[in-house]
Amino acid sequence: MIHSTIGNTGHLLVIVAFVTALVATYAYFKAGMAGGTIEDTLTWKRFARIVFYFHVAAVLGVVFSLYWIIGNHYFEYHYAWKNSSLSLPTGYTISSFWQDQEGSFLLWIFWNVILGTVLIFSNRSWEAPVMTVFALVQAFLTSMILGVVIPGLDLKIGSTPFLLLKEVMPDLPVYKMDPNFIPKDGNGLNPLLQNYWMVIHPPTLFLGFATTLIPFSFAIAGLWTKKIQEWIRPALPWALFSAMILGIGILMGAYWAYETLNFGSYWNWDPVENSSIVPWLVLVAAVHTMIIGRKNATALKTSFILTIATFILILYSTFMTRSGVLGNASVHSFTDLGLSGQLLIYLLTFTIVAIGLLVYRWKSLPNDEEEVSTYSQEFWIFIGATLLCLSGFQILATTSIPVYNKIAEAFGTVLNMALPADQVAHYNKFQLWFFSLIIVLTGIGQFFWWKRVGKGKLQALYNPLLIALLISAAVITFKGVKDIQYIVLLTTAIFAVVANGTILLNIIRGNYNLSGGAITHIGVALMLIGILFSSAYTRVVSINNSGLMISRSEEFTSNDNKENKENITLWLNKAEKMGDYMLTWRDVRVEPRHIPGYIPKSWVDIVEGDFHAVALKDIVLDGKKYNSKGDTIEIFPENFYYEIEYREPSGRIFTLFPRVQINPRMGGIVSSPDIQRKVDKDLYTYVSMVTNPNAEPVWSQTENFTVNLRDTFFVNDYVAILDNVVRTEQVEGVTLGAGDAAVKAIIRVLDKDKEFVITPSFVIRDRMVARKPEVSNELGMRIQFQEINPQTGQFSFSVNTTQRDFIVMKATEKPLINILWLGTFVLVIGFIMATVRRFKDFVKMRNKESQPAGQRKVKPKVQTV
Amino acid sequence: MKKIQIFGLVIIAVAIGIIVSTAGDASTYVDFTKAKEMAQDGDNESIHVVGKLKKDVAGRIVEMEYKPEIDPNYFVFTLVDNQNVEQRVIYKNTKPQDFDKSEQVVVVGKMKDGAFSAEKILMKCPSKYENGKMETTEHTATKS
Repeated sequence: MIHSTIGNTGHLLVIVAFVTALVATYAYFKAGMAGGTIEDTLTWKRFARIVFYFHVAAVLGVVFSLYWIIGNHYFEYHYAWKNSSLSLPTGYTISSFWQDQEGSFLLWIFWNVILGTVLIFSNRSWEAPVMTVFALVQAFLTSMILGVVIPGLDLKIGSTPFLLLKEVMPDLPVYKMDPNFIPKDGNGLNPLLQNYWMVIHPPTLFLGFATTLIPFSFAIAGLWTKKIQEWIRPALPWALFSAMILGIGILMGAYWAYETLNFGSYWNWDPVENSSIVPWLVLVAAVHTMIIGRKNATALKTSFILTIATFILILYSTFMTRSGVLGNASVHSFTDLGLSGQLLIYLLTFTIVAIGLLVYRWKSLPNDEEEVSTYSQEFWIFIGATLLCLSGFQILATTSIPVYNKIAEAFGTVLNMALPADQVAHYNKFQLWFFSLIIVLTGIGQFFWWKRVGKGKLQALYNPLLIALLISAAVITFKGVKDIQYIVLLTTAIFAVVANGTILLNIIRGNYNLSGGAITHIGVALMLIGILFSSAYTRVVSINNSGLMISRSEEFTSNDNKENKENITLWLNKAEKMGDYMLTWRDVRVEPRHIPGYIPKSWVDIVEGDFHAVALKDIVLDGKKYNSKGDTIEIFPENFYYEIEYREPSGRIFTLFPRVQINPRMGGIVSSPDIQRKVDKDLYTYVSMVTNPNAEPVWSQTENFTVNLRDTFFVNDYVAILDNVVRTEQVEGVTLGAGDAAVKAIIRVLDKDKEFVITPSFVIRDRMVARKPEVSNELGMRIQFQEINPQTGQFSFSVNTTQRDFIVMKATEKPLINILWLGTFVLVIGFIMATVRRFKDFVKMRNKESQPAGQRKVKPKVQTV
Repeated sequence: MKKIQIFGLVIIAVAIGIIVSTAGDASTYVDFTKAKEMAQDGDNESIHVVGKLKKDVAGRIVEMEYKPEIDPNYFVFTLVDNQNVEQRVIYKNTKPQDFDKSEQVVVVGKMKDGAFSAEKILMKCPSKYENGKMETTEHTATKS
C-alpha cells in the first residue's frame, strides 16, 4: 500500500512554509519601516510573529514527515528508496535524512527556524528588521524544496523530497506490470557515510552555515534602521558562536576524512573543503573588526563589509557545491539538481541588496578624525583581519577556476583552465606564509590589546620573543626541521604560544572571563604546530624491500627503489618485514551487529544481498559464547576488516584492522584506514588493494597426480609430500554411520619458510563415494582425494590452483598529530569563553536599555577591552 | 598620502600578485596532440587530458596492464582522447578501484619518454547511489 498521506502532508507543509515565510517577510518589513504610527508598527510586528510561528510549525512538520518516511522504510518514496535501506542501523537512518540535497536544505531550514525563534525571544528591539532578513532567507531556502511546476511555463521551482518512486522513474518496466509496485528494500547509504562523524558533522556544519545569517541580519538591520554602531553588540556573541560552530564543523569533516578516507590526511584542499573554510576565515576577520568597530570608524565600515561578505560567501559556496559547477573538480560535491538558476538568483539577490544598501548608507557612516597610530591595538587587529581576508581570497581565487570557465562559456569563449595539478603544493605555497604572519600577529596583537606595550615601550615583548626563539631553536635541532618555510612557521607558532601564554597568565590573575582571546590564539598556534609536523613530516613506513616487486622500469629502480615503492604486498599468514616491524596479514574479519569486536569471516556464511549470516561454528569471543553453530546473526555485510598483526622489535604485538567496504551494487572496494594512536605519533594503515573476499576463486584446470605413499610431487611450484593416509572418524559436513568408512590423506606442502598440511578426505558410504576437497587460501590450492587403487597401492589426487590471497597496504607515521587535536580543543574552549563573555555584555546592555528612561545612565561606559 | 591609502595599495598589490600566481599555477585541459607538442617544446607543466578507455568491439577494455604480484605500483593503460588520439598512460600507483567501470577518465600529468606519465587520475563512474548520475573520484600518485 502506498502511504500517500504522509507525502502529501509533507509537500503541503513545504508550500505552507514557503508562503508563511513570504508573508512574514512582508509583515516584518512593514513593522521595521519607520513612518507608521507606533500602534501600526506593533500590530504588524505581532502579526509577523504569529505568521513566523506558523512557519516554524510547518517546517517542523516537514522535517517530521520526511523522517517518518525514512524511519518507517516507505520505499515507495524516492528519497527513502535512494538513501536508506532496511539493514541500516537507526543512527545512520538519521544520516540518510541529509544525505541528499533536499534533506540538507531542510536541515539548514530547520536550524534557521530554531535560531529565528531564539532571536525573537532574546532580542525584541531588533526583532522587526533582523527577522525580515531571516524570513526572506527562509523563503528562498524553502523554495529550493518546493517542487512546484508552474503550469504553462514548464518552470520547475525547487525539488521536493516527497516524490514517489514512480513519479521519479515512471519508465521502469515494472510499473507496466504492477502500477502499485513498491521496492522491498532501498539503495542504502553510501558506506563511507556510515560513520558516527557523519551523523554529527553535517548538522554541526549546517548550524555553522545557518548562524552566519545572524551577524549578517544585524548588519543589514543596522544599515536599514541607521543604528550604525549599535548592531555590533548583539551581533558579536553570535558571530563568535558562529565562528566556533562553523570551525568545529569544518574540523569534524577533516577528522572524518582522516579516519575514513584513505587519502591519508585530514585536509586535501578539495574545492568543497575550501568553500567552507573561506567564509570561516572572513568571519574570523569580521569578529576581530567588530571588537574594535565601536571605537574605530574604519573598523566599523570593515565590519559591515566582512559580515556581509561572510554570508555571501556561504551562499557562493552553496552555489558552487550544489550547482554541478565543480562536478569535474571535486570528489564530493553534489550533482546538479536543476536548481542552479534558482541558487544563482538567491546568491545575486542578497549580494545586490546588501551591497546596494551599504553603498546607499556609506556616506552617513562615521569617519575617523585622525589616523590610527602604528602603536595602537586597532592597527594590529586590522592588519590581522586583512591577512585573514587575503588568505581566504587566495583560496577562493583558485577554487573558483571552474567558475571562470563557466562564465567564459556564457560569454562564448573557451578558457580551458583547470585546477593546479598539484593543489596541495599550490595552496601551501601561499597559506604557509599567510599563517606564519597571522600567528605572529596574534601574539603582538594581544600585547597591544592589553596595553602591555605601546609607543616607546616595546620592552615587554622582548622576553616572550627570547623564550620563543630558544624553544624553537631546541625543537628545530631536536626534530631536524630543515626547510626554511617550516622553520619560520614553527618559530612563529611557538612565539604565539609563548606571547599569548604570557598574556593569559597576566589576565587570569585579574578576571579569567576575559581570557577567551588568548586561549583561542594559543589553540590556533598549537593546531598549526600539529599540522606542520603531522603533514610535512609524515613518514612512509611501508617501504617495500622484499625484492618481489622490483619493476623493469628504470625509474622504479633508481633512487634506492624508495620513491615509488610505498606499498607492500602481504600474502595470507606470511610474515613480511616493514621498517622496524614484522607484519603478517592474518585474516579477513566481519563485523557482527550485536557482538563486540570482529569475528573471522570463515566462522560465518554470509547470506547474499542481506545483512544476515549463518554461524558455521559456535561464536565464542573472550570466553563468552554469543551464538551457537547454525544460528543466524546480524552483520554489517559491506564491511570487511583486514587483520594485520604488527610485531615490534621489542616483541610486543598489536593488531590493526583497516577496513574495506564492499557494496554488492557497486562491485568495487572502498578502503578506510585503521590508526594505532600513540602519544607522539599515529601509525596510519590502509589497504589499497585486496582480492575480493566475496568472489568465488577462479580455479585453474585440474591436474591429476597418482602417487605412492611418501612420494614427492610438484604442485604449483611447491614441493608436496604424501606423508600418510589414515582412517578418520570425523569428516566436516558428513555424518558417518556404522557401515561407513572414511580416510584422509596427509599431504605436506613446503613453502619457502613454512610447511602446510592439507588433508583431503575420501568417504565410502552405502557403496557411494564422497570426496571432500580441502582448500588452502595461503597457498591458493585445492586438493581432492580422487581414488585409491588397492592393486597398485597408489593414490590419486586432483589439484586446482588459483591466485593466492594477497593485500596491498600502505602505512605512514604522522608525528605530533595529537597537538593538532589538542589545539582544536583549546580553540573551542577559548571561543566558548569569548562567546559567553560577549553575550553577558549584550544582556547587561539590553536590560539597561529596557529600563525606564529616567533611571538610565547618561552614557554607557565605553568598553575598552 | 594617508596611511590607510598606502595600506590599501599594498593590499591591492598582494591581491594582484595572488591572481597572477594562481593563473600561473593553473593547469589546462588539452588533448594528447597538444601534450606531445608541449613536451617537445620543453614545456614541463602538468596538464589535464580528458579521454575514454580503449575498448574492443565487444566493449571490453583492452591494453590495460596491471600485475600487483609483480609491482602494485605500476599500472599502464591506453586512453583515447576526444580527438580519437590513443596514448599509453603510465600511472605509478595502485590501480584505482572501479577503474574498469569508468566512463570518462581525466589524467593529470605530462608526456615523458613517449608515454603519458600520470600523477593523478580523476574518474567518472556511473554512480551506485544516484542512479543514472555520474560520480567523480580522484586518485593521486605518490610524489616522485
